[in-house]
Amino acid sequence: MKTTNPWVRGWRLTVLVLLVLIVAAGCGQGGTLTSGGQDGTSQEPPQELKLATTTSTYDSGLLDEILPVFEEKYNYRVSVLSMGTGAALEVGKRGDADVLLVHAKDKERQLVQEGFFVDRQDVMYNDFVVVGPTDDPVGIKGSADAAAAFQQVAEKEAVFVSRGDDSGTHSKEKSIWKKAGTNPQGNWYQSVGQGMGDVLRMTSEQQGYTLTDRGTYIALRDKLNLVVLVEGDQALFNQYGIMVPNPEKNPHINYDGATALIQFFVSDEGQQLIAGFKQHGEQLFYPNAQ
Amino acid sequence: MVIWDGLSQAFSLIITRDPAMMQIIWMSLLVSGVSVLLASAAGIPLGTWLGLAPAHRVRWLAQILYTLMGLPPVLVGLFVYLLLSSAGPFGVLNLLFSPTAMILAQTILALPIVTGLTMIAVRSKDREIRDTAVSLGASAWQVALTIIREARLAITGAVVTGLGRLMAEVGAVMMVGGNIEGKTRVMTSAIVLETRRGNFEMAIGLGIVLLALAFIINSVLYRIQGVGRH
Repeated sequence: MKTTNPWVRGWRLTVLVLLVLIVAAGCGQGGTLTSGGQDGTSQEPPQELKLATTTSTYDSGLLDEILPVFEEKYNYRVSVLSMGTGAALEVGKRGDADVLLVHAKDKERQLVQEGFFVDRQDVMYNDFVVVGPTDDPVGIKGSADAAAAFQQVAEKEAVFVSRGDDSGTHSKEKSIWKKAGTNPQGNWYQSVGQGMGDVLRMTSEQQGYTLTDRGTYIALRDKLNLVVLVEGDQALFNQYGIMVPNPEKNPHINYDGATALIQFFVSDEGQQLIAGFKQHGEQLFYPNAQ
Repeated sequence: MVIWDGLSQAFSLIITRDPAMMQIIWMSLLVSGVSVLLASAAGIPLGTWLGLAPAHRVRWLAQILYTLMGLPPVLVGLFVYLLLSSAGPFGVLNLLFSPTAMILAQTILALPIVTGLTMIAVRSKDREIRDTAVSLGASAWQVALTIIREARLAITGAVVTGLGRLMAEVGAVMMVGGNIEGKTRVMTSAIVLETRRGNFEMAIGLGIVLLALAFIINSVLYRIQGVGRH
């Protein structure tokens, strides 16, 4: 068979191109590794630590501010897995992350009791708010009673967009519906199974109502046509906790690294970094570690 | 307007060769490129074999293949996640949230596409060529090679289609890669993140860069097809 066959040449070229791409990709990786080494002062390569967290802490930019300080000081490289609290808890239960920063306090405590997690600590809080259209057709503006406001939305059958994804925010929403004694059902109640940013966008487009953490709302406020209608209710308190998958069940996790990160988050330095983090001139998280 | 801002964002990303973006582009090319190579290495021979076999004998296999061509990426992602999870059967390999895990998931996604389209390509050439080759005394192996050569344009198309699906795919890579900055973040998962963060301009900018990249890759592959046609 002739090897100068044009088809063979064509395939040689394809393979060549793909090989070049792979080699180039390898170089690209090498490049970032070198630059990572330049700013570290110690000789040891940083240890990897996987932090599973909720979209609200990562998407708001909080972790971008805090983690580099921790990484530099303790020589870790933190890989952030940003997902809903429901998914983060599941990933943690399976031992696929070294440490979790989530916000579903009741669920967290329950899982600690069941032996899935250890060393849980409060880190910080922010609050949930009920947002809706500026003209507020249901008329809940200024109320400090979230359950009553939810009830009114249900009575008027105004569009309400729910996370519907077992996230911390969704758990909170369900607890408020329960308090209101309403089982939300019907076309007006949209359970969409998406992240907070997506839900806010859908709510804004439809000029409906939803429950959101204040941080995500502030971060996206400029792009939304929504205002805060209900705030200040005790029931809207949003506690963030940090915890580790049980090392006895998951011996492979980086327990020392997880402990170091927890210590850092609850230390004076970590708490001050949280308090000092601002978006659009507003403080998003309030440290309250004990 | 957001779209124009996105366009100017795309230009500034390309002109400054933003290092974070370059890393993301390499990761996209690496993961999808290697995946489509692996899927082709297995899928082209498999598809050829299926294409050469009598259609009625492999009908049920072909039907399964057509079904798998529509595999939802998130489902494949979840499957690979459960395999590689430390609580799963291959947890000890410690591959979860790595580029290797992403390649595994994307190879599974691309395999039915490359195999199925190769089978169709081979079938469309089959009859007369096989008869000619057999009449010239070719062995089964030589018949297969001859038909692959004859169907090369359509087979290249199968590979390009597979690559296109992988480059645009986000569900599986996000699930098993974890979208970790500087490690497993690719173009599509970066677009999801920027959208979630409300940085629409950046999301559109990245999207335009992704499209430009796809255009370049397709142009190169098109040229290769052209070379083969002389």
